[in-house]
Amino acid sequence: MRDFYGITLAPPLMLGTAQYPSPAVLEAAFRASGASVATVSLRREGGQGQGFWKVIKGLGVHVLPNTAGCHSAREAITTAQMARDLFETNWIKLEVIGHTDTLQPDPFGLLEATEALAADGFEVFPYTTEDQVLAAYLLQAGAKVLMPWGAPIGSGLGLNNRYGLKTLRAAFPDVPMVIDAGLGLPSHAAHALEMGFDAVLLNTAVAQAGDPVAMARAFALAVEAGQSAHAADPMAPRDMAHPSTPVVGKAWL
Amino acid sequence: MRLEVNGDHHEVTGPTLADALTELGWGEARVATALNGIFVARAARGETDLKDGDRLEVLAPMQGG
Repeated sequence: MRDFYGITLAPPLMLGTAQYPSPAVLEAAFRASGASVATVSLRREGGQGQGFWKVIKGLGVHVLPNTAGCHSAREAITTAQMARDLFETNWIKLEVIGHTDTLQPDPFGLLEATEALAADGFEVFPYTTEDQVLAAYLLQAGAKVLMPWGAPIGSGLGLNNRYGLKTLRAAFPDVPMVIDAGLGLPSHAAHALEMGFDAVLLNTAVAQAGDPVAMARAFALAVEAGQSAHAADPMAPRDMAHPSTPVVGKAWL
Repeated sequence: MRLEVNGDHHEVTGPTLADALTELGWGEARVATALNGIFVARAARGETDLKDGDRLEVLAPMQGG
């Protein structure tokens, strides 16, 4: 089984901590989802950070800090250093954003920051696209996990480029991969795991649902279903019909 | 001395970053620091001297996706 820098995630579900109606709903959603990882960020201390940290500690899950909002390698590297000091983990979800509208990663900044952080002992989870060539460079730079997007962050569109994701999965069979961003429905998460991805990371789909706790539970079920389905070796799709009921022995009527 | 702390101006005595954090009420808080855009580790705050006009960022755990 592919692990994440030595850590096996059960269940393979990472949940963001932003945009919930209240801390109580956040906690209830985490419990309902069974998520094994919580993503967090760093922002200027305005009086709420210490209370928030108590809530996160209380969840008892792995903490994955991000560099959300960083638009250059330098900014992302400094943020990662601050995150390691603050959260006492070498894990970093590395975001280097290249475009404000799509929040698409800047591949050049991402590669530069991955190389610098991996050399500095960080365990980098680069938020990337399905680009197979960039993936190879990121792995060469020291990343041992990839986080390809499903669709732009917060869009809820699901797996936008299934062909590209399938190709990426097949190209690096030994690399743990998390589908991060763009998932809107539990079926998207199930599909990602059915395809052989090792985990999913989502936030908005749960936090902004009408009932975040019920949606968290739905994602938990989808992740379990997708993982079980992949392990069960799904059939190959066919273009034409093939009768499932035996033809032999059919009556002449 | 006058510092810019998270975008606001503050008067502190210092002389170190650790002293300034205590003065600002973050002595015991879980925060990360950067001085003039450069990361300063928790362990190095006691030996990091401040000067007038320094720009200090004090970050805390926050919600994220």
